[in-house]
Amino acid sequence: MTRFRFLFLAIGVLSGCAAQAVKPEPAAQIAPAAEPYPSTYQVPASAPTLIEHATVLTGTGERLEDADVLLVDGKIKAVGKGLAAPAGALVIDGHGKWVTPGLIDVHSHLGVYPSPAVRGNDDGNEATSPSTANVWAEHSVWPQDPGFTTALIGGVTTMQILPGSANLFGGRSVVLKNVPAVTYQAMKFPGAPQGLKMACGENPKRVYGVQRKQFPETRMGNMAGYRAQWIEAREYLREIESYERKVKAGDKDAKPVKRDLRLDTLAAALKGEILVHQHCYRADEMATVLDMAQEFGYHVAAFHHAVEAYKIADLLAERGVCAAMWADWWGFKMESYDGIQENIAMVDAAPGGCAIVHSDSSEGIQRLNQEAAKAMTAGRNVGFNIPPERAIAWLTANPAKALGILKVTGTLEAGKMADVVVWNRDPFSVYALADYVFIDGAVRYDRAHPPAEPRSDFLLGQPAASGVTP
Amino acid sequence: MTSALQKFIVLAAALLGAQAAFSGSFLIRNATVHTMTAAGTLKSADILITDGRIAALGAALQAPQGAQVIDAGGQPVTPGLFGGLSHLGVEEIGLEPSAQDYALKLGSMRPEFDVMLAFNPDSTSVAVNRLGGVTFGVVVPTAAAGATGAPGGTIIAGQGAAVTLDGAALSGSRALFVELGAAASALSGGSRAAQYMLLRQAFSEARTPNLVLASDQRLLTPAGRQALTEFSAGAAPIVFGVERAADIRQVLAFAAREKLRIAIRGGAEAWRVAPELAAARVPVILDPLDDLPESFDEVGATLENAARLDRAGVRIAFSFADPEPHNLRKLRQAAGIAVAHGLPWQAGLAAITRVPAEIFGVADRVGSIETGRLANLVVWSGDPLEVTSVARNVFISGKLEPQTSRQTELRERYLERLRQNAAR
Repeated sequence: MTRFRFLFLAIGVLSGCAAQAVKPEPAAQIAPAAEPYPSTYQVPASAPTLIEHATVLTGTGERLEDADVLLVDGKIKAVGKGLAAPAGALVIDGHGKWVTPGLIDVHSHLGVYPSPAVRGNDDGNEATSPSTANVWAEHSVWPQDPGFTTALIGGVTTMQILPGSANLFGGRSVVLKNVPAVTYQAMKFPGAPQGLKMACGENPKRVYGVQRKQFPETRMGNMAGYRAQWIEAREYLREIESYERKVKAGDKDAKPVKRDLRLDTLAAALKGEILVHQHCYRADEMATVLDMAQEFGYHVAAFHHAVEAYKIADLLAERGVCAAMWADWWGFKMESYDGIQENIAMVDAAPGGCAIVHSDSSEGIQRLNQEAAKAMTAGRNVGFNIPPERAIAWLTANPAKALGILKVTGTLEAGKMADVVVWNRDPFSVYALADYVFIDGAVRYDRAHPPAEPRSDFLLGQPAASGVTP
Repeated sequence: MTSALQKFIVLAAALLGAQAAFSGSFLIRNATVHTMTAAGTLKSADILITDGRIAALGAALQAPQGAQVIDAGGQPVTPGLFGGLSHLGVEEIGLEPSAQDYALKLGSMRPEFDVMLAFNPDSTSVAVNRLGGVTFGVVVPTAAAGATGAPGGTIIAGQGAAVTLDGAALSGSRALFVELGAAASALSGGSRAAQYMLLRQAFSEARTPNLVLASDQRLLTPAGRQALTEFSAGAAPIVFGVERAADIRQVLAFAAREKLRIAIRGGAEAWRVAPELAAARVPVILDPLDDLPESFDEVGATLENAARLDRAGVRIAFSFADPEPHNLRKLRQAAGIAVAHGLPWQAGLAAITRVPAEIFGVADRVGSIETGRLANLVVWSGDPLEVTSVARNVFISGKLEPQTSRQTELRERYLERLRQNAAR
């Protein structure tokens, strides 16, 4: 167990798998190992770092001018003015530079739909059944995807890797730190809860109904499909609880419930241990899903793509559901026809609204800051007051909240992981480049000193790539 | 109520309502005019537009009676931007065959296929992209495989042409589109080698009209032979979609042998062939965002492609690799990213104004600002390549375009609801 996992338990951020480790289950035979594919990520030793005289966007809504950020032992030690550099510290002159929390993408398929996009690498959609809640995206992640490097150059320190959206229940997601590794376990964000990928609308209809003439073929079929699964999961949970009660009461003859990978995932989602992330475009469908969440007693962490979120911005805010969106992508299918550039700003404007900028793309993840800048501009253009210190939350604090990791990253606050980007200028610019990217205090990208060799094994020995980033 | 919302309520009243395209006289005052001609960039310049034409370009011009005056406030005026090669007007929505006309799937090679006959000037993408400062683009057909067991297209996708985003076609801009490499290998029997075999045969049929062949050995119809003859005479460009360095060399050799006027589209590895491209004076229409080895044709993809080609003297224009037409307004961002990765700013702007206009033979009408021309220009709120800038006024073919689209109408409807809820 890493010290980070310990940290998570200590501050009580998690109700997920890690929590089970401190609350011994009486029914050991039913419960899976607390964390069967544990994170092996280790925070590397790093020198203390003082970034001084920079414009700092904290992610909490504050903007500090001529301010300093001190990183010590992988943590943010302090943010403020006139901080002293500890002995042996790396000091970065931040004049003219901007400092933000590391960017977080809640919707990425890096590693599961890697480059090159050849058949042998096509591992994102287990499109063999409308419900594959039993599969885990992490078991598809290829750590050699060159897209991880280009995302890092764009300032992305944390990503949620999701299964695709062919299925009603696509499977479990995984949250990764964007560090070079041979195994995904060595990238796995310690203690972050997994997600459950669900999908609305056209994709399940098309993949099953249109292409294969099987269930579901309609949106009402989609709903019936989810509900049947939730009913099974509720029953599974009830049986487990009944069994646990019997064991606790000393019933030696209690029969353990047969373990089911699919229902394990759904039951954990009902209990809130796994966070529900649902791909959904249309406002009416999102509202229907929110009713379903009430019917079965679970919470939707975020709707992804949410091209029509602006039509129900108040409802989303009221239910505490985030919307993860693009700035201007639309029209690529019927359910994205009503996309508008003000979507993000309108979700943000609803009191209590939680707007997130996401990518779903190996291109978009390289420039989430520009995506946010476009959304900010569109919002300002219709009169919303969106300063940079507000917009930065769309790609830092808000995605951290949706991923259940806000207590440990996503803002520049003392005690949090030192996941930090130093930009060469205002990051809300097409010309902005990350000068430094820190993950847990360690420099993972230094623009002035790019690595001599590509990080990805795939690019080694490719004559065309020599001397080329990534 | 959030302060953002309060501010919004105050300012929302200032939003422009619906308006029709307006022609008449305009004086654009105090602009930084990027002419994209030998005149270069003019600071504190005025532009006088009368009867749709640029009547004068210079300092301290007088506004005629009744002219509408637009104060640019020192901000840039550029030629209207290029939206790249896309399915504009021939693809209303993705994934809906009933709303798409860009792919011919008859199973036979038909260079006479002209996608422009399907062009719908009322497609919602036209106004959406126009609001983003895009005033011209090239409508292209796409070669696509058929569904299992059904006929598909061939490596010759067909003809397309340039249009302005008031929905008008630009005459004399016809081009032929050919797709090569891995992406098209399913259309050429599974090997890219066969692509050159098929092209050679097609051009040979076109150049030898009296060639006696059993009909089942012919690739082309008589109309197809006629169409290809026109392109093989060099009167109009043939655009080859190709990414890999070795394939680009094959295309250059083929074009030299057949004496074709060509452009490379894609060209992810074009920087590796830059000296040959420069020597052959072949322009490259590239996607500046293409920097990952998405296939084994693009292992050398890099964000520095544009900068390296420009340094080597290759003419470059920009287009997204994906011809999906909905977000052409993003192309100026891609140009800005190329600039952030070493391309001079003026070359970045030229790649979405003058150069594509030259490649498609419409540089006398669009892509630069000159006295005597119909006004095709945009007044910006700031640097046109910057993501925080917006197009304030868009002139196409002499008319001031309305600031409305289906998207602005959706926006207004739901902003109003958000306002009412906030007031409750």
